[in-house]
Amino acid sequence: MPPKKNMGPVQKPADMKKAIKRIASYMYGFKLHFIFVVIGVVISAFAGIAGNFLLKPLIDNIEQALKTGDWNKKGFVGILAAMAGVYLFGALSTFVYQRLMMRVSTTTLMRIRNDLFNKMESLPIKFFDKHTHGELMSLYTNDTDTLREMLGNSIAQFISSAVTIVGVFVAMLIYSWLLTIIVVIMLFVIIRVIGFIGARSSKGFIAQQAALGKTNGYIEELIDGQKVVKVFCHEDIANEEFDRLNDELCQAATRANTFANILMPIMNNLSYLHYAVTAIIGGIMTVKGFGGMTVGTVISYLQFTRSFSMPITQVSQQLNSVLTALAGAERIFRVIDEEPEADDGYVTLVSADIAEDGTITESDKRTGRWAWRHPHKADGTVTYTEVKGRLELDDVYFGYEPEKTVLNGISLFAEPGQKIAFVGSTGAGKTTITNLINRFYDVPDGKIRYDGININKIKKSDLRRSQSIVLQDTHLFTGTVMDNIRYGKLDATDEEVYAAAKLANADSFITHLENGYDTVLTGDGGNLSQGQRQLLAIARAAVADPPVLILDEATSSIDTRTEALIEKGMDSLMDGRTVFVIAHRLSTIRNSNAIMVLEHGKIIERGDHNSLIAQKGKYYQLYTGMFELN
Amino acid sequence: MFRTIFSHVGQYKKQALLTPLTMIGEVAMEVLIPTVMALIIDNGIKKGRIGYVAGMGLLMVGMAIVSLSFGALAGRLSAVAAMGFAKNLRSDLFHKVQDFSFANVDKFSTASLTTRLTTDVTNIQNAFMMFIRSACRAPIMLIFALVMAIRMNSRLSVIFLCAVPALALVMGFIMTKAHPMFKAMLALYDKMNSGVQENLIGIRTVKAFVREEYENKKFTENTEAVRQAQVRAEKLVITTMPVMQFIMYTCIISILWFGGHMAVKGQMETGELSTFITYVGQILMSLMMISFLFMMFIVSRASMQRIYEVLTEKPTVTDPASPSDDVRDGSVVFDNVSFSYFDDMNNLALDHIDLTIESGETIGIIGGTGSSKTTLVQLIPRLYDATEGTVKVGGKDVREYSLEALRNNVAMVLQKNVLFSGTIKDNLKWGNQDATDEEITEACKAACAHEFIERFPNGYDTDLGQGGVNVSGGQKQRLCIARALLKKPKIIILDDSTSAVDTATDSSIRKAFREKLADTTTFIIAQRISSVKDADRIIVMDNGKISAVGTHDELLETSHIYREVYDSQQKGADE
Repeated sequence: MPPKKNMGPVQKPADMKKAIKRIASYMYGFKLHFIFVVIGVVISAFAGIAGNFLLKPLIDNIEQALKTGDWNKKGFVGILAAMAGVYLFGALSTFVYQRLMMRVSTTTLMRIRNDLFNKMESLPIKFFDKHTHGELMSLYTNDTDTLREMLGNSIAQFISSAVTIVGVFVAMLIYSWLLTIIVVIMLFVIIRVIGFIGARSSKGFIAQQAALGKTNGYIEELIDGQKVVKVFCHEDIANEEFDRLNDELCQAATRANTFANILMPIMNNLSYLHYAVTAIIGGIMTVKGFGGMTVGTVISYLQFTRSFSMPITQVSQQLNSVLTALAGAERIFRVIDEEPEADDGYVTLVSADIAEDGTITESDKRTGRWAWRHPHKADGTVTYTEVKGRLELDDVYFGYEPEKTVLNGISLFAEPGQKIAFVGSTGAGKTTITNLINRFYDVPDGKIRYDGININKIKKSDLRRSQSIVLQDTHLFTGTVMDNIRYGKLDATDEEVYAAAKLANADSFITHLENGYDTVLTGDGGNLSQGQRQLLAIARAAVADPPVLILDEATSSIDTRTEALIEKGMDSLMDGRTVFVIAHRLSTIRNSNAIMVLEHGKIIERGDHNSLIAQKGKYYQLYTGMFELN
Repeated sequence: MFRTIFSHVGQYKKQALLTPLTMIGEVAMEVLIPTVMALIIDNGIKKGRIGYVAGMGLLMVGMAIVSLSFGALAGRLSAVAAMGFAKNLRSDLFHKVQDFSFANVDKFSTASLTTRLTTDVTNIQNAFMMFIRSACRAPIMLIFALVMAIRMNSRLSVIFLCAVPALALVMGFIMTKAHPMFKAMLALYDKMNSGVQENLIGIRTVKAFVREEYENKKFTENTEAVRQAQVRAEKLVITTMPVMQFIMYTCIISILWFGGHMAVKGQMETGELSTFITYVGQILMSLMMISFLFMMFIVSRASMQRIYEVLTEKPTVTDPASPSDDVRDGSVVFDNVSFSYFDDMNNLALDHIDLTIESGETIGIIGGTGSSKTTLVQLIPRLYDATEGTVKVGGKDVREYSLEALRNNVAMVLQKNVLFSGTIKDNLKWGNQDATDEEITEACKAACAHEFIERFPNGYDTDLGQGGVNVSGGQKQRLCIARALLKKPKIIILDDSTSAVDTATDSSIRKAFREKLADTTTFIIAQRISSVKDADRIIVMDNGKISAVGTHDELLETSHIYREVYDSQQKGADE
């Protein structure tokens, strides 16, 4: 792969040590690997230095031969053999450590990804309210990418560069402490130059990032609204504004990249300067015979100066990428450290055999009937309650934020098989009630009872398994139509899926798709119309076959004629279940057992359609179109 | 393709061409310096000539400074050229997209267009900068260093004859092998990330169906697949480093071996020997660089292809040669009009439509999902062109008007409508840049938007945020209607534009339309019968055809579809 340049501005982690430790904890089982990697890196770096180090005796050997006319060939071969050995060993350890490191890095990365995703799935809905998709997505893309870069390349290169710098420095010191003084001075200059240019380039990149964000934001907004732009003949104005932003971006980017681009030639040529100065002073010293300097020493030394500047530039670059990666890792760990959705429920859902006299026994087979298994801690007994879908809300107060209550004392009662409808304007609290029933959000103990059991005692997963929900925005997953319907019940047979699709009146359009039930849906089912997607969602809920059904604007995107067509299917879907319906279109809910009119988190009217119409209150106004529903 | 894309270098051509030229200067110095080095050792140090050492040393310092200047200049030039190139490319793409018709946009999808303008441009920009800096530098370095080495000692240079092809062969082999593996890896990587995206969007569905474990399992399978693909691809690529080391070390040892013998025999100086080793490094490094460039070129090719597609796309709806700017009145005629989104007469969305609408009429359009209601009205402002037949506005074929004149006179409120970041007033002014405050207020009153706007603390100066997130669905729809009204059009089309507005407000909007816009031809597409009931005529669409036309009362008698829709909405209301 092409070498990746560290383009973005440098970010700093808050607690470097902690982040490193945390990453290291994901390398379990690879301790030995890692130790070998470090050893391999050190050997490989030393091989490079040792080769140069051996150059001096070799040259001295030749010079000696020229001076005395007597060639110590044995010595010559010996040195070369040693050199060959060292080099071979070096290349081999490079090969080995890179392989090991790749195993460590890919597995570590996979573990972190899995951990992050598993954690994300366990987080409460509240968490997703607070964080945007883009924000969370960038954990999986940007942050893991920089982490991959760090684990895959930077760590090893960093160690290698550090070892090389130290090793070369020591070797230089051994050959001539005097010349090393020049090295120290050069080192000082190099660090100053890197600091100077680095600071400017980093500032430049921050400016570039800001300009890029603005330009890309504009592109996104305008392209998303392209059709509106066309309808209003706004093209010229859009072009003008875009060109302005684009120019700004170009200026910022040129500035930032100029600094980044000139760093390498400057570093490179500083090392030539260093080389020249060393040659002059070393030459003078050899000629004067000062400090035991020989031609071999000077040549070795000069090779060293060349191999000195490269790792220094690299170290500074790698340090940046390591810091950025650690900052990203911290963001990932912050999500992994989030509190998962609390679930201390102990009442579980079990398949049950129910005898004529009403006694319930647990069954290992799927009987089609369900019971709540309720262990009592106090006396160690277990009782069973049949799952019927009876729900009871008792004076429920709730707010997504503590200071802003959305529900103000809701009390209601839903008998098994009843259809309860909620009506009210946006923000009245309709969806909030359903969010509490399936415990997307929690309320204090005893406020909501399900088949007589406090729902906080019921295991969340079992509670939700006993309810199906069809949301206004249908979310489909990449996979076949079949897979998507089966999402409601993973072990559903093909026949069960067909039956559910027929019930939802989705069968006819599905069979018209290119591959029928095996048509692959991609990009959240983008190739289907909103109405078709809703039909799939209804089929998905149907196949789950739960005692409680929640329909949150489930038919809002289906035109009234089609809705009339699926009404029969919907009726048979709702038959025998407790159903909560939220609908904008009042024709949908006329046949409900009870209609609750909500306003500002309170039930202001309740009753069936006829009684509410007769009451001539809010419902009547809504129904006759005298009042705004929004 | 390359010619089209690189023609966008434009005014930065000078910099783009100068970059490799200055690079030559830098490379020349870099290759000469080791030779000077050999001279210092062999002629100066060994012979004890301090003056010579100092002189050559100073020459070297001078060369380093020259090299540095060239290098820094190349850095600057390449930044200017690459960023300028990206700017031109981005700008031309954006302007191009502004010329796109609806059909063009549909073809690419907005998400894909956005990626092409952002990620793809950045990819090309980086590749381009790398390319102009290194594409010349590496081969020149290779050639210069080889020439210098041969001049210094041609016999010893034979070693390169083996080493260079060997390394080239190995690198070529690895790169060609690795490329498909990386492609496979990236595909898996995309799949993994789109899985994450789906889970983010559908988290409520996942939780409601208790599918966390199932999703975890799916994700774990994906990450494992990514890991394996990554191992497969990288296993190959990371061998380049030890292979390179091996070949380089072999060269050094052989040079020292043969060179050492020569030196002892007095055929070569030791300083030259050391310089020769420097050349080994330069030659092999540039070879590595060339193979990396090759790889990068292949990677950025995909981005180039995607940008090329946009640049060469022909806008399907364009101004006629001598356009007419005068739209006489708001009459509309469909003369035997058929339309297909795929330009395929066997797959028609509109099937031979004949329709004549007088100026000032109010037309309601009703029909099920997919009955082509929207398609019908989109032909009026020429958002699409009819596949067959002609659409006439004000007595003239719509294709005879300039697009600007036509669309300024035919205002359309889209079903999927968008507000832009900025204040309410900024957004309304899209309809008319020079609208006065009175005109704006008047339009808002007609659209029943004035009242809620006034309730905002900042009134008309309220900031909407990106995509108009600070207003509700119904408020957004009313703002969009007001925006269209400000155009003072002769024809206005409301495509399901009041679906989120309550029936009472809906009817007062219609009332305002009747009173204030009596001369404006109005099209109302709606789901609710109540929205179209009072129209002069109602068109019932079914499956791309006009099923019936008439007033509400007539249709109740004649159209069974209309009756069914009416019944489905009316049932229970009269009880």
